[in-house]
Order: sequence, then structure tokens, then C-alpha cells
Amino acid sequence: MSKTPGGPKISTLADLLAVAYQIEADAVERYELLASQMETHNNPELAATFRDLARAEAVHRDEIKRLAGDIDVVAHARDMAKWNTGESPEQADIGAAHYMMTPWHALQLALGGEQRALAYFKSVAETAKDSAVKKMAEEFVEEEAEHVNLVHRLLRKHRRPPESWSDDPDPPVAQE
Amino acid sequence: MANSRSISVAFVGSGGAGALTTGTFLLEAAGAGGWYGLLTRTVGAQIRGGEAVSVVRLAAAPVECMAEKIDLLIGIDWHNAQRLGEEIAVGSQSLVIGDPRGGDPPSNIAASGARVAQVPLKDMAKTIPEGRPNMIALGIAAGLLGFPRDVVAKSIEQRLAEKGAAAVEASRAALALGFDTATSLDFPFRLPPPVQSTARRWLVSGNEATALGAIRGGIRFAAAYPITPATEVLEWLAPNLTKVGGVLLQAEDELAAINMIIGASFGGTPAMTATSGPGLSLMVESLGLATAAEIPIVIVDVMRAGPSTGIPTKSEQADLNIAVYGCHGDAPHLVLAPQSVADCLFTTQWATYLAEALQSPAIVLSDQFIGQARAAIERPADVAFIGQRLKASAVEQPYKRYALVGGGVSPMAIPGMRGAQYTAEGLTHTERGIPTGGAADHQNQLNKRRHKLDAFNYGDHWATVEGSGDLAVVTWGSLTGAAREAIGRLRDDGIDAALIAPRLLAPVQPDRFAAVLAGKERVLVVEQTHGAQFYHYLRAHYDLPANVRVLNRPGPSPIRPNEIHRAITEWRKQ
Amino acid sequence: MMSADAQLACKPADYKSDVKPIWCPGCGDYHVLMSFTRAFAELGLPPEKIAIISGIGCSSRIPAYTNCYGFHGVHGRALALAAGLKITRPDLTVVVASGDGDGYSIGGNHFLHACRRNIDMTYVVMDNRIYGMTKGQPSPTTEPEFDTALSPGGTGLRPFHPLVIALASGANFVARCFSGAPNETASILVDAIRHPGFSFVEILSPCVTFRPDEKDWKTLVHPAPVAATSDPARAARRIMTDDGFNIGILYRGDRKPYQPRFGQACADLAELEKDFEL
Repeated sequence: MSKTPGGPKISTLADLLAVAYQIEADAVERYELLASQMETHNNPELAATFRDLARAEAVHRDEIKRLAGDIDVVAHARDMAKWNTGESPEQADIGAAHYMMTPWHALQLALGGEQRALAYFKSVAETAKDSAVKKMAEEFVEEEAEHVNLVHRLLRKHRRPPESWSDDPDPPVAQE
Repeated sequence: MANSRSISVAFVGSGGAGALTTGTFLLEAAGAGGWYGLLTRTVGAQIRGGEAVSVVRLAAAPVECMAEKIDLLIGIDWHNAQRLGEEIAVGSQSLVIGDPRGGDPPSNIAASGARVAQVPLKDMAKTIPEGRPNMIALGIAAGLLGFPRDVVAKSIEQRLAEKGAAAVEASRAALALGFDTATSLDFPFRLPPPVQSTARRWLVSGNEATALGAIRGGIRFAAAYPITPATEVLEWLAPNLTKVGGVLLQAEDELAAINMIIGASFGGTPAMTATSGPGLSLMVESLGLATAAEIPIVIVDVMRAGPSTGIPTKSEQADLNIAVYGCHGDAPHLVLAPQSVADCLFTTQWATYLAEALQSPAIVLSDQFIGQARAAIERPADVAFIGQRLKASAVEQPYKRYALVGGGVSPMAIPGMRGAQYTAEGLTHTERGIPTGGAADHQNQLNKRRHKLDAFNYGDHWATVEGSGDLAVVTWGSLTGAAREAIGRLRDDGIDAALIAPRLLAPVQPDRFAAVLAGKERVLVVEQTHGAQFYHYLRAHYDLPANVRVLNRPGPSPIRPNEIHRAITEWRKQ
Repeated sequence: MMSADAQLACKPADYKSDVKPIWCPGCGDYHVLMSFTRAFAELGLPPEKIAIISGIGCSSRIPAYTNCYGFHGVHGRALALAAGLKITRPDLTVVVASGDGDGYSIGGNHFLHACRRNIDMTYVVMDNRIYGMTKGQPSPTTEPEFDTALSPGGTGLRPFHPLVIALASGANFVARCFSGAPNETASILVDAIRHPGFSFVEILSPCVTFRPDEKDWKTLVHPAPVAATSDPARAARRIMTDDGFNIGILYRGDRKPYQPRFGQACADLAELEKDFEL
């Protein structure tokens, strides 16, 4: 999923803030889901990684809400923040999850999300007709670019796991 | 250091840690070294990644049940291990080994007074290319048990050979590191040396033994629908039936499965299915058909906790009622229960033989415990029970498929045989198989089917009868091993008690039962049901002494030898 | 083994037993029985090499009325029983007899899987759009407005479309017959039995007792206007759009029948133990 999802049309500052808010809110929800999957499947290290990611995105989400001031971004996003793939840019692909995944894999997922968000805001900045929208979109571009760099820095601390990372010496267990 | 009769070792770890496989490796190494053992596995509700424990109980003599406590508990990690509950109960003498990076051991371990030793398994594994913590844990366990290094190494190499030289080398190094670590740990138990013997030895699960017994008895067709915990019977049968000229068909449901085997058997091919409680419930109508139409079939029910979906991965003995009484109408059929992993082979083979000989359905009531447990045993002795059906040869016209003959077993024509065409019939029928509503035919055919089962001489295999004294433990199925062990402990205390465990549950054997019960003043009934089904079954069919007590409990916690021992000891004090 | 001459000498009467049918006089199933014996005679099959498997219902009484091997089993499971028999005894000709209640309602799941499995057998459903043995309840093929004691004023439900379902599920031969034309039915049965794989033959067989209106069927049936196709999509379209009285072979497929390799024992029993040896 390296392609930018076709996103909602941005005409006003309110649109942009609502969409930015929704992107972060979706990311929080998704990382929480992945964290809980990892808890259920006894991968506490990854559960902690996803919780950290969720926390970081929650900070962004709340910042955007504050930035929006009187604009009700939650309600506005509900009306217009829709992507034609059904997934917003920073939502990590749940199909890529694995119970034995490592922090390196989690960061790869995060990187993909940040890159998609960056591409989305770039396209908004490039096509914006309203100067205030353009200016705010450019700020988001800078912010997302910084997030991409941050993930790259974090990734340096984690070596790519060997091919055998998903080898489980135990067989799957029949349940019902 | 004290010699122990047995030592129980458990490996705990969540998905990917290899706790289950490690237990299998330890059992295999013990088996190769000449010891006996039994392995059970318990996992969380996840298909993959759940918290898991494998428990291996080892001894110099055959092991048929699990112990009350774990002597050596190794936690590769402790994630959610508290959910494993009493599966990992330890005592004050036990040694618990944990990785400080694997979380905290469950609280009951601290409360037990067991010694806890911290060993950094993960970090140690990182010092070895492709090294895995579970192989270090295996080395520690084998070292503490006093297993020869070369025996363990050889056993592991054989197992891992197909994974390549690097994997073998990594395991060898990890194993060596584990053995070295063991030398610095203090473990008070030692296994007695293995008894030297030339007997061939097997590593087998109850479900596999069941499948082999079926083939040995003559089964050449199986149809079934996947269900836990019976699926391994089918997994073993599918390739192995093909090797002997048979076939397994996966049915669309259990209704189809039992009818497929009835069809195959009607055509002359001995046939079976394997299922668990929910599947047996679906099969019951056609079980009655096979009874009425006198078609031999074998149904293996690997019991799990019920009712309804219950606990699919845990054992119980509560399908006794449905197996014996499940059918509508008067529908006598055979019900047999294996008593150990090894006995799954004998009992299923015998059941196949009886089904064919008596032209009757036979239910084999195995359970999750012996079905999925893996045992290191001596190769079971060969037995001569090979299914032989009384087939029609030259026939008088008209052919009477359901002729009222002495003994009740009438010659069965197989399609293809000229001049003996008949219609197998589930309606009440005449001797020719023609539907009728007549009282005399109904009575005659009911008599015939009852009589053929009752008149047969089942010999000494009908029950396990051991020991002496005026108190008898009466139990069945997979609890036989626990009862035997409890009686052994009583003997050590100077108390005699007898063990009576019927292998043949239906038809009942009142004369034989009365004979073995002669002189018994007290009977302790031991069973793994909530409703004391076995007790009520005994009450219904047999004369019991006035003093009867029942030790019963539903699954999933198996009744252990110490509970039986305690029940008897306390009873005797009163 | 019978000689070729002896086989040719078989007459329809040789396939009938001395058991007297309990069917109501006028029942279409008498004709179906006649068609069975004519088809077997034409095929020259020795009766002992034929097995007729059935479930429960009026139609399922048919095995005992023939001189073949038969199995009168439980309600709805005849196809499964027949599958076990045919797989282990591929030398037998297996014919399964059923009705609209037995085959489409209680046995519906087995119908789907029998088509999908495509074992070489012939499945004959005598469809009278009613439960006869239990005195006239609606079956899956009963018309929505048909009034019965259990469905006063009709069920209001759309009837099941067995031929299309058979096609969609993978049946290799699909035909519709009318019991009142026994020679034609016999000839279609001959084709169905000869055709490899799972052959499905639906026979409209009126119930004179609970569906006297079905006496009109003889005026409604007509031969299929076009020859059988091997294209299931075309066959499905035709069947979905015809009037339900189109008689003939509607589809002949070329799927390979399912028959697992069976019979060659390549291992001695002692070999099997090697899995377990330490």
C-alpha cells in the first residue's frame, strides 16, 4: 500500500483540519487494535510498541483538535473525511500483522502510514486554491516529513530480523 | 539425592517459544534412553501464539497418568502463564527456572515455596547463531534429569535433520549450553536408571494408536468431519489407509460421515469414523439405523467436555450416557473404552473385530486426555483380533438377510453376490428384510439383535481386574491409570484394594461383574463427569454392595491419584 | 460373471421383486419403478451388480420393489450412504432414489456436496411437490400459494430450483422427466447411468392423493425444444427461464468423476508402525 489513497476534496481550512484530525484518530484506533491483538497473542514487546505509536498519534490528534479551535472537527470529519479505499493514510494494514512480528515490522507499518499521509498532504498543498489552506497543508507536509524522519531514526535501532523470524517450533493448535 | 518413582517436567512459554515441541523432544530423548513417559499439552484459546505448557512425566516404569505436581518447571517466558492454573502446580521441593526477561512467574509459584532460579535463556540464546531459548531449556532439563548428553543430542539431530545443518548445529550448541547450565543448578530428584530391555519402543499418541488399531482390526474405509480432539485420528488414517489399499473421505458433516461408512460397510468394506461429542450427537439417528440394519461400523468418540460445544480441548467422560443409551428405540450396540494410550490400539482393534463379528455398530469411547497425550511405551503385543464377518455363501431362496438363527448373527450377503439381493432396512422388518408393522416380527428382530450381543463370549478383555482386598475402585477409560497408581500407593501404605475397570461398557456383563465383585464390601466409583453417569450406569445394571461412594468431577481437571488415595484413606478411617 | 448373452436376456420383469408396493393407485412412482426396470434391462446390468439406495418417503420405498441390492436408510442421507458404497465398490452401479422432501429439505446439504463431489452415480428425485407419507405438508418445491394444514393459505415461499442448484453445485448430467412417459424416462435413465460422474434426474411424479391437481401435468409437459448442452451457463439460463415442464436431458458435462485411488495395498501392516518406533 505505497500509493496514496484517493482522499477527500479539501476546499476550506475546516475541511483540512477535519481530515487531518481524522487521519490521526484513525491511526490511534488502528494501533490500539494491533496492540490488543499482540496482547492476546502473547507478544508483549509488540503490544508495547503499538501502544507507544498509538500514544504518539493521540498527541497529534489532540493538537489538531486544539488548533481547530471552534471548528467541530469531529462532526465535520464524520461528514466528509472519507477515503475511497475505506482506509485513511495512517491506518496500518491489519492484514500485515503476525503474532511473532518484531518492532522492526511495526516500524515498517508506521513508516508506510507516515509516507502515505505525507503524500496526501503534499497533493493537498499542491492543488489548494485557497492560500490559507495551502499554508496549513504545507505545515502538515513539514510535520509528516518530520514523522517520516523520526521513524527512519527509530528503525536504525532495529536490525531487520532474519528470514526465520516467523518460525514457530510449535504446531498450530486445534481449538474446536 | 532421592530417587523418585517419577519426575514431572513442564515447559511454559507463549507462541513461538517452542514450549510444546520442547516437551516432545524431552519425551523422545527419555524414550530413546529407555525410560517411559507421558506428555500432555495445554494451550490458550488461540490457534497460534497462545500461552502453552507441555508436561512430561517420566519414570523407569510405564506412566499412565499425570502427577499432582511439577518437579521441574521451566518458563521460557511467563506471559499469561497464570491462566495455565493447576497444570503448572509446583511443590516446596520443586525447582522453577525462569528468564528474568520473560516476565514474572505466576503468583501461585511464589506461594508454593518452590525454589526459583533465574536463567537468562533469551540472552544465552543470542550468543549462538540461530540459537533458540527452548533448546537451552531442553538441555537444562535433560542435564538435571541426568540424561546422557549423546542420547539427547542424537535424538534431536534426527528430529531436526530435515531443517538443515545450521539448525542442527544451533540446537547442538544450545543443548550443550543448557547441559552446562544444569551443572550449576541444584535439583533434588533423580530418575531411577532405565530397566534394560530389548523390547521395541514406541512414541505414540492415543489418537494415533486408535487409528492403527482400527487398521489392524481390518478397517479400510473412513469418513469423517474434522473435530477437536479427534482430528489426529483422521490425520493419521488418511495417508496410512491409502498405504493398505483403503481410503478416507472427508464428509460434509457428521450425518454424512456415518452414512458413508454405513454404505461402505454394506458393500463389504469394514469402515469407521472418528468424532467427538457434538459429532456423535449428530450421528445418533444413523447409529440406530446401523443397529437395526445390522451393519458393522466403528465410531470413535474422543470425548471432550460438554454439553454443546463445551470445552473442545479438554477431557471429560460425560458421553457415557449418549454412547450407551443415545438411540431412540431399543437399540443395543457395542460400547468400549480404552484405558491408556497403548490400550487405544488394543481396544479399537478389538472393537473392530467385535463390530464385524456381531454385525453391530461399536462405539469406542476414548477421550481428549489419552487421545492427545503422547507416550513413550513398549510396543504393545500383537493380538489376533482381525474382523471376520459372517458372509452369505450358497443361499436358500428366498435369501433371509435377517434370519432368526441361533446366536443371532445371520449371514450377510454382499452386493455383487448373485441370488442374495436384499434391501437393508431401518424399518421393522421380516427375516427377508421386508418392512412390517407386525408385533411378532418386531419382537423377533429385537430379540435377535439383543441376543447376538448378549450370547457372545467376550473373554477376559471385558475388564481390567487387579489387586485384592475388600475395597474396590471401580472406574473406566482414561482414569484407569490414575486409579491403578492410587492403589499402588495404598499398597505402599500396607493397604490392599482392587481395581475394576470395564473395557466393555455395553453390552453389560452382570455375571462377570458379580464374580469380580464377590467379597467386596466397599466400592469407590471414580469418574470424570458432573452427573455421576458411570455410577448411575453401574447402579442400573449391576448389584453393588451397600457401601458405595462416588468420586466424581467434571472436566477439565483430571482426577489425580492422590485424590483417589485420599478418598480411600479417609473412608477407611471412618 | 454373467455371459454377454445372459445379460442381454434380462427382461424388465427380472428386476422386479415379489414385494407389493404400498403406493396409492395412480401414484407416479409406479411408473418410475417401471422406468427403472426398463432402463436396467436395456443396460443389461445383472441385478446383483446394482444397488439402489434411498432415504425416507414414498419414493424411498422403491429399492425393495426391485430385485437389486438396496438400502432403505434414514431420512435425507441416502446420497451420503451411496457415496460410501460407490467409493469402496466402484464395480457396482449405484442409483439413489429420493423425493422432494427427503432430497431437497432434510437432505439438502448432501445434495450440494454430492453434486460437487461428482461420484459416478445416478440420483433420481421423484418430485411431487408434497410430503406424502406424513399426509400433505409443503415441501421445498411446493408452490407458494398451495394450501396445507401446516401452511394455511400457502407458505408464501419461493420454491427451490433443484436443477439449477445441481448445475451450480457441479452435477455432471441434469435431466427432467415425467413419470407418465415411462419409456422416455427409461431412456433418459439409461443415458444418466452411462454418463460418468454424478447424474441428476428429476422426475415429475404426481401425488394423486394430496395433489390431485398434478393430474394436469400430463397436459403441461413437453419435450425440451433444444438438445442438451455441455455449457452449464447456457443450461442454467434455459432451466431458469423454462416453464418447469420441459422434459429431456438439459445438460451433459464432462467433469472427471471423483474416484479416489483405492484397492492397491502397497504396505504391509508392520510398515505402518515405523511412524512410532523410537
